[in-house]
Amino acid sequence: MPALMLAASILAGFVAAGAAPAFVRRFGPRAAAWTALVPAALALYYLSLACSEPAVARVLPWAPSLGLHLSFTADGLGLLFALIVSGVGAVVAVYSSGYFGGDPRLGRFYGWLLVFMAAMLGVVLSDNLLLLYVFWEITSVSSYILIGFDHEEANARAAALEALVVTVAGGLCLLGGVVLLGTAGGSFEISTLLARREGIQAHPLFLPALVLVLVGAFTKSAQFPFHFWLPSAMVAPAPVSAYLHSAAMVKAGIYLLLRLGPLLGGNAVWTWGVGGAGLVTLLLGAFMALGQTDLKRLLAYSTVSALGMMTLLIGLGTPASLGAAVVFVTAHALYKGALFLAAGSVDHGAGTRDVRVLGGLFAPMPRTALGTGAAALSMAGVLPFLGGIGKEMAYEAGLGYGLGVAAAAVAGGLGFFFVAAVAGYGPFRGRAPAAAHEVPRRMWAGVWTLAGCGLLLGLRPGAAAGLLGAAAAAAGAPGMQLKLWHGFGPALGLSLATLAAGAGLYALRARVRESAARLTWRRGPEAAYEALLGGTLAAAAGLTRGLQSGRLRNYLVIIVLTLVGLAATPLLLFQGVHWPETPYDLRFGEMGIAAVILMAAGLAVRSRSLLGAIAAMGAVGYAVATIYLRYGAPDLAMTQFLIESLTVLLFVLAFYRLPNFATLSSRRARVRDGAVALLAGGLVTVLVLVATGLQLHHPISDYFVRTAVGEAHGRNIVNVILVDFRGLDTLGEATVLGIAAIGVLALIKLKRKEP
Amino acid sequence: MTSLILQVAVRVLMPLLLMFSVFLLVRGHNLPGGGFSGGLVAASAWALFAIVYGAGAARRALRVDPLTLIAAGLGTILASGAVGLVSGRPFLTGLWGALDLGAYGAWMVGTPLLFDFGVYLSVIGVVLTIIFVLEEE
Amino acid sequence: MAFVIGGLFAAGIYMMLRRSLVKLLIGLALLTQSVNLLIFDAAQLVRARIPIVPEGEHALLPPYADPLPQAFILTAIVISFGVTSFAVALAYRALRTVGTDDLDRIGETELS
Repeated sequence: MPALMLAASILAGFVAAGAAPAFVRRFGPRAAAWTALVPAALALYYLSLACSEPAVARVLPWAPSLGLHLSFTADGLGLLFALIVSGVGAVVAVYSSGYFGGDPRLGRFYGWLLVFMAAMLGVVLSDNLLLLYVFWEITSVSSYILIGFDHEEANARAAALEALVVTVAGGLCLLGGVVLLGTAGGSFEISTLLARREGIQAHPLFLPALVLVLVGAFTKSAQFPFHFWLPSAMVAPAPVSAYLHSAAMVKAGIYLLLRLGPLLGGNAVWTWGVGGAGLVTLLLGAFMALGQTDLKRLLAYSTVSALGMMTLLIGLGTPASLGAAVVFVTAHALYKGALFLAAGSVDHGAGTRDVRVLGGLFAPMPRTALGTGAAALSMAGVLPFLGGIGKEMAYEAGLGYGLGVAAAAVAGGLGFFFVAAVAGYGPFRGRAPAAAHEVPRRMWAGVWTLAGCGLLLGLRPGAAAGLLGAAAAAAGAPGMQLKLWHGFGPALGLSLATLAAGAGLYALRARVRESAARLTWRRGPEAAYEALLGGTLAAAAGLTRGLQSGRLRNYLVIIVLTLVGLAATPLLLFQGVHWPETPYDLRFGEMGIAAVILMAAGLAVRSRSLLGAIAAMGAVGYAVATIYLRYGAPDLAMTQFLIESLTVLLFVLAFYRLPNFATLSSRRARVRDGAVALLAGGLVTVLVLVATGLQLHHPISDYFVRTAVGEAHGRNIVNVILVDFRGLDTLGEATVLGIAAIGVLALIKLKRKEP
Repeated sequence: MTSLILQVAVRVLMPLLLMFSVFLLVRGHNLPGGGFSGGLVAASAWALFAIVYGAGAARRALRVDPLTLIAAGLGTILASGAVGLVSGRPFLTGLWGALDLGAYGAWMVGTPLLFDFGVYLSVIGVVLTIIFVLEEE
Repeated sequence: MAFVIGGLFAAGIYMMLRRSLVKLLIGLALLTQSVNLLIFDAAQLVRARIPIVPEGEHALLPPYADPLPQAFILTAIVISFGVTSFAVALAYRALRTVGTDDLDRIGETELS
């Protein structure tokens, strides 16, 4: 049962997350690294799947009536991402135990880290779009908590909220898109939808669905104009940034684009929307990275740029570009994860992240320096690292598409080179040994592992060719070639040119940084976000002050008047009041009942005596019961009689000791209230009259009437409805009653603590 | 309240009312009645008793705590629903079988009847909880 | 019928706007009656054809009173009893604690 195993692997992540806090508390922070065994074991499992048969999808129904199935698939694309998520997860878990030292919050951190990992695995392994959405939202929420890990810091909270608002808003769009896609395609299974591509693309709902899904993917993967949350999120601890903001969460959007590309792509909206967003993000991110001085923000902007590169490549949609995207995703996860971890190590060892200050760390931190250097070379696009292969493939894809795209890719590559040099070379160059110390082994080992994978896969691309090829095939580009040496060609020329120009750019880094910082957009989309958020809060506060006066009567007046206004306006404007021709065939006795009800109601209103008012209320109830009796509802009549007796009893028991009513309200208030009440009553009267005049199509109770005897074996249809057809309602009702009774008991019986 | 007439009347009425309530419950599936009205009649009978003799006496005569009745009622409802669940159908599916009563013919028995009985119990429990508590104050 | 529903509705609203807590509760009860009747009325009123299948038949012959609203109202009546009793208990407790049934003065005591 491979699908069950897949589901179990995700479940294992959640279970481990639940157990992690207790584990860390019991065995101490140093043992926390052992939690890495869970992601490591999962990674091995996914690796074993990658070596065996390609795709499986099994369905375990969860809420079948909603089309929600627990169905998982493990094709090349899903497994590639699952491997990245679990593998980097294992490295990050080991690294964190060193990074946080003896932090008492370590258990909580591991718990959320594993929750995130499990949810991320769910995203990339789900075959059901709704299920994918559920996991998608779990990643948003867990990332909120992880970014805001230092929740005592105001800016950490703000950044976490920002990431949450942006990604959850995108998640809502995604949900809308998913539902529309499901409507258009008649299924939520991705595999089924892919087979119905033609019909879905021709469906009128296709365009809105496409746009909504794209917004969802763009927010998650920090595409312009939603990119701003990613640099802000750099307040998170370094392992979180390495994991969420380079390897895993921001790749969720990329994954979605790759996964749904074969379904949604191949049209102008996709090409221009995805490609355009990617292009803008690529250039903007690369440019804004130039001006950064904080190591992590620098890496964050280059991540934005790299995500733009991936999106651009996916948007182009050619086999070459999709293959390049898959390779680039892998290379980026490895080198950027390593660099973020390295940034954390540098911060840890040298006590600062300012690239203008850092230098000379090679002597005190040789191991960190070596690992970081290897990752930076991959990022810079130097062969034989995987990053170099990915870059050349991207250049080739760009050249194959058009010169403009190739130029943008080269500009991006230049930015990567610059950032790689500043982050991977700058802090370690120079002789003057800074007062710094090497980090523990569990920290540099993580950098080494990720950077080493980048080198090994570059040297022996054949090892990963099978999986990467299968991933590209799932994204719509079969037959991808993965090799180290692409031969002499324009792509190699561009690559060499990038290296040369990048070296020049780095030589002028101080001036580049200044001018870029001067040009950097200060009031971008982030300002719009802040204005929107602030405006919403202010509006809500104003509304609350205006409406929440704390007096029930004011609320009631507002509600009633709003209702009257809303209901009466269209009635008067568009409908006109059609008085029914012969409203009622009333008989004398019924007129009498009506008169009794109205008189009793009037008495209840006017009565100065408390018991009198209660009695009048009871009279109304009894008279209403006779109406039920009169019009064929003996059950109702009986229940109404009994309930009314009990209600009156209740009122008398509770209130008979009270004095009679005093006149509390002024005359003016009474006139005002009377007017409001008459308005409401008048509206209801008119509505009833109009409704009586309408003949709607026949009610659903026909079904009950037809099946009550045959299927439910009861001839009292009202009772059959209560206990059989709508039994769940009645169960709810009985529960409410029970709660009310317990509430009454608590209110009356519990003795107030005397102050 | 110490009215002798009432005291005697309640003594006579109580069994009648309680029997009537069970009658309503049983016939409810085919004729006017059912768990709600049956339960309310029974609850009214006990409420009457509580007014005349006091809530304490009523509690003693009832022998069970009304809260227990609520729990028992809800439990019965859940159990009647679970029957469907156990037999592989959705929760609260009505299941029926004929109970052979020999000379009296067959009587249709099903989980909805059990459900109605649960409603009956919980209605009594709820009403009595409230009335007793208020009466005792 | 419409006038009965409207009248009950108006009476209920007026009572709920009073400052006395007890009047508010009575208003709530009147409002409930009005709404129940509204539901009842929404399905066409049919005189005295109760929705019970006669012995030996398998389905009702029209015209019959619509059973679905009746089931709804039955539920509503019983629920509203639960709500009313809870509200009564709440009011009772408030009266005992604060010593007045004037809503405005209850509000003031909360503040002090």
